[in-house]
Amino acid sequence: MMVDGAFIIEKSVVIVVVFAVTMIMAMYSTWAERKVAAFLQDRVGPNRAGWGGLLQPLADGMKLFSKEEFFPNTPNRFLFVVGPAIAMSTALMTSAVIPWGDHLVIFGREVILQATDVNIALLYIFGVLSVGVYGIMIGGWASNNKFSLMGAVRAASQMVSYEVAMGLSMIALLMMTGTMSLREMSLQQQGMNWNVFYQPLSFLIFLICSFAETNRTPFDLAECESELIGGYHTEYSSMKMGFYLFAEYASMFTSATIISVLFFGGYNYPGMQWMVENVGVNTANLLGIAVLFVKICFFIFFYMWVRWTIPRFRYDQLMNLGWRILIPLSIINIMITGAVILRHDIAAALGF
Amino acid sequence: MIHIPDLANATPVGVIFCILAFITVITAFLTIFSRNPIHSAIYLVICFFSIAGHYLLLNSQFLAIVHIIVYAGAIMILFLFTIMLMNLNEQKDVHRPRITRLGAIVSFCLIVIVLITIFINSKPIVGEYDSTGEDFQSIKVLGKILLNEYMVPFEFASILLLVAMIGTVLLSKKEKLNK
Repeated sequence: MMVDGAFIIEKSVVIVVVFAVTMIMAMYSTWAERKVAAFLQDRVGPNRAGWGGLLQPLADGMKLFSKEEFFPNTPNRFLFVVGPAIAMSTALMTSAVIPWGDHLVIFGREVILQATDVNIALLYIFGVLSVGVYGIMIGGWASNNKFSLMGAVRAASQMVSYEVAMGLSMIALLMMTGTMSLREMSLQQQGMNWNVFYQPLSFLIFLICSFAETNRTPFDLAECESELIGGYHTEYSSMKMGFYLFAEYASMFTSATIISVLFFGGYNYPGMQWMVENVGVNTANLLGIAVLFVKICFFIFFYMWVRWTIPRFRYDQLMNLGWRILIPLSIINIMITGAVILRHDIAAALGF
Repeated sequence: MIHIPDLANATPVGVIFCILAFITVITAFLTIFSRNPIHSAIYLVICFFSIAGHYLLLNSQFLAIVHIIVYAGAIMILFLFTIMLMNLNEQKDVHRPRITRLGAIVSFCLIVIVLITIFINSKPIVGEYDSTGEDFQSIKVLGKILLNEYMVPFEFASILLLVAMIGTVLLSKKEKLNK
């Protein structure tokens, strides 16, 4: 790989843009959540700040910043601050390996629309997800409050157990694609060759697990007013609280992105090849980015739709679903995938 | 003999290595010395991360990320779980008999002597590395090697893990029956 000044500038621009877009998407997810909730409950939703309430996220941010910063009586002030910081940074780190588009040609340079293309991208995502648990656990423990601790342990054990099923569901996909680089996976799904048609079970398991990973309803058992008050962020106030909530929306955005890249073809759309040949590389790829964002927005909407439609689980039901249903199901899925991949060898061994 | 690095004209990799090594050693010591068990666990997590950084310096991305997933992401989280739920918040200074302390000091000195002799007598690899043109950090090559050449050790490791898992389940079941 060639490392020169232009390369560094190009990558820096990509990283800054991705960061800004993630922040804006997370910000407007909070607005969209209220609008979707209002729509599903036959209300109007926020409509005072700006047109259609579009300035509502800014108003919320202002409110959170100007609130009193409350510290509980804790011996670990430093860890109390570190908790939301870890939650926020891990929620933003995942976007480094996502391919946002194929490539653009700017001033005769081929600019790849991805911060970094490592051949362990999928493992990197799992690594970041598993580190994200620390934000919740450290924050909950440093609050020096039994309810916070219980909420943190609940959230963390839920995330740890669903990570297992998530990883197993990914193995079936990996056996089929034969690569862990998200860029290569997107390239394999050209046209309508989306992985979801080949691995529907894997997609279903992954979707359920990402609901649990982002602590969203129907799995938002960490927050439970009647049992645990506010869960792990009971003691948090002001922008530290805002960081935890914001991290939830940012991780919702990233997991919607991962689902669309892994299973729904990423930036591919039918006729992309034709567009590249006849209209131009840049137009075709910009359209690709737009298509990816349409897919992402659909999944974010899906998250909200589920949140306001399905009642939440009980905690033992949640654990049963994770350990007794999803994990065996994903192991069966791995076996079926293996049998289908080796179908010629198996047929030969059986003497056909 | 012990090779003292030339700090005046160090390469960027050398500088990063020094920083990482410093963090690793400091956090490893803090893991042992901090009174609060939760703080120890968190220092150990930082130590694991800097070791993953060493792997990255050696250009083995797979090992680095697996190290983070397995140690920092799974094992240490379970550790934190147990420590948090055991309620070790009050710092108890356990009284240890003098003979135990003496034994600890003697065994530590012996280990230090052994390690120092190993480091002094170890030689760097004589001769050139064979360059085969294969990318040994890629998962494809790694998987093929693990399941062809090192098939038997690999299976042994999985059997070991299985035995450990069954043992844990058995132990936790037994406790329940005794109630």
